[in-house]
Amino acid sequence: MTAIAKLFRTTAFKISLAYLVVAAIGAGLVLARAGWNVEKLIDAQIAQTVDTDITGLAEQYSEGGIGRLVQAVQRRSEQPGGGLYLVTTHAGEPIVGNVANLPPGVLAQPGLVETDYLRASDLTTPHRALARIFALPGGFRLLVGHDIDEALRMRRIFAGALVTSLIWLVIIGTIGGLWVARHVLRRVDTINAKAKTIVAGDLSGRLPLAGTGDELDRLVQNLNSMLDRISVLVTGLNEVSDNIAHDLKTPLTRLRSRAEQALQFAETPEDYRLALEKVIDESDALIRVFDALLMIARAEAGAGPEGMVDFDAAGVARDVGELYEPLAEDRGINLALETEPGLILHGSRELIGQALANLVDNALKYGTPQSDAEKLAQPDVVVAAKRQGKLVEISVADHGPGIAAGDRDRVKERFVRLENSRSRPGSGLGLALAAAVARLHKGTLRFEDNSPGLKAVLALPAAAAIPAKLAQPARSQTGAAA
Amino acid sequence: MSSMRILIIEDDTEAALYLAKALREAGHVADHACDGLEGYDKAREGTYDVLVVDRMLPKLDGLSLIGGLRIQKIETPVLILSALGQVDDRVKGLRAGGDDYLTKPYAFAELLARVEVLARRKSSGAGEETVYRVGGLELDRLSHKLTRNGKEIMLQPREFRLLEYLMKHAGQVVTRTMLLENVWDYHFDPQTNVIDVHISRLRAKIDKGFDPQLLQTIRGAGYMIRDGNR
Repeated sequence: MTAIAKLFRTTAFKISLAYLVVAAIGAGLVLARAGWNVEKLIDAQIAQTVDTDITGLAEQYSEGGIGRLVQAVQRRSEQPGGGLYLVTTHAGEPIVGNVANLPPGVLAQPGLVETDYLRASDLTTPHRALARIFALPGGFRLLVGHDIDEALRMRRIFAGALVTSLIWLVIIGTIGGLWVARHVLRRVDTINAKAKTIVAGDLSGRLPLAGTGDELDRLVQNLNSMLDRISVLVTGLNEVSDNIAHDLKTPLTRLRSRAEQALQFAETPEDYRLALEKVIDESDALIRVFDALLMIARAEAGAGPEGMVDFDAAGVARDVGELYEPLAEDRGINLALETEPGLILHGSRELIGQALANLVDNALKYGTPQSDAEKLAQPDVVVAAKRQGKLVEISVADHGPGIAAGDRDRVKERFVRLENSRSRPGSGLGLALAAAVARLHKGTLRFEDNSPGLKAVLALPAAAAIPAKLAQPARSQTGAAA
Repeated sequence: MSSMRILIIEDDTEAALYLAKALREAGHVADHACDGLEGYDKAREGTYDVLVVDRMLPKLDGLSLIGGLRIQKIETPVLILSALGQVDDRVKGLRAGGDDYLTKPYAFAELLARVEVLARRKSSGAGEETVYRVGGLELDRLSHKLTRNGKEIMLQPREFRLLEYLMKHAGQVVTRTMLLENVWDYHFDPQTNVIDVHISRLRAKIDKGFDPQLLQTIRGAGYMIRDGNR
């Protein structure tokens, strides 16, 4: 595409062109209307003059007969100006006047007539006139008219002005349009050039601002903030992939070396059996990590509407609390439940259950009191579901060491494990999953100081309407032979 | 467990052959179909006790295959195998007419336990009695009363449901995930061995001080309740 063709194809030029057409139509309408009004005014004036003349002459005739009329017409004919007069016999023979020749039939027409005529003083050039024929008693006809060449000239001048102004409008408009288009095009071209380098991989690059604060600048600003956001996300994604690579390679390495060791050192079938069992354990752990990662990814992408139902959050809290209660007791931890009725959530009961289970699991793992002195009369771990304004808050509070305020956001990231937890089993995905589930339900996962200890709170928006069937928590279809 | 006829419809031949071999090892008869159409034709013959259907199959996908069978009133129980393990995928699979859903990769013990439960449900209409009896243990589903050798044992509601499920499948292995699914109605992986703790509590109530021990741990698979004397 040549440069000039590119110019013509720009939006700026097309908009200029559209404006030009509108302006031309407007100018044409204004000039035409003005010309038409002027012409009408002149016509009206002529008609009035003619009527006055006719009235005067008719009076002369009625007072002094044809002789006086002829005299008056004679006198008026000789006066300079555009006045036209003619008196004829009933057969149309001219008696007196300054009109030499008329097209046939004109004299028979009533009312105001526009017609060609020849002047008595100039028999070669035809003129145009507006005239009225008046039949006098006695068969004579009186024609009184006025030359309208002047008006016609005026009309031509208007028409000429119209055409000239339109031509100038088009010329100036086109040039202006091209100038604007070129100006815009140059800025768009610089933006495009920069965008290409960004597409090519320079994510740190930003589009140039003209500093004029116009719409292009605002667009560029928005695109730049979009780029900022994208590079933050890409950086985060890279970190996550690095973490995943690292955290998956560790168990894979372990898996591989177990198999290798078995090949090298195992002697009895029992040795092989033990080695293979360990290999299976390692792969099961890996599968769990994959499942958790997939679940997080799915929750972050926003699961379909299929799994979403209305259900009672207190029911989920009870279920999960009850599920973990024997385990807690085994570990010497009191697990208490505090719920309110009517805590209806809309979402995935399974995922909320899983998120809460992860929180309880963490509380049981890390939330044990540091020393006997810190043991309080109240239960060690409290699972609660309460309404907080428009939110349903499901919380798990423990009396463990807690999480330092600075680490509370970090622990929600994938594979982040705090130093004192590294020695214990776990994938570092439990809280990431809980946070992703909260986000999926347009809620949040936050950590508070339970002084001492940690309080993890899933704050989720309550379902809009409370359905009639509150008594039973919503149940999804069950698997085998329920 | 008497021998069952099982049809495996799975396009991964290696996985299918391994599965068939392992099922034969467990005393069952296993056939294999490589694609959806072949599987559909074989399944229509209707002589199988359980179908194991992969969700993604060439020529005819697993869910359509199941739908087609159900329209023809072929009610052979189906275990769906899928690499998709999310909640709504499971719901879709069960809605299409599947009876159970297992996510790949799976442990063979898990698959075997589920297949056996499905097959028995078909063959005997098991589990509809109002009183379950295993050894001297007697569970009344209507009055929610449990006795062993005539002596009443008190259980928490959830423990009762746990035992009810185990006794309904007496003589069959039930896995931890089957218990979580059917007793708690959750399909997630609880990470910690929470189920084991529930079982040992239950065991303390029903087996402690009695002989034989009815509630047994099946290593590498799950649990089974049965009369050890038989």
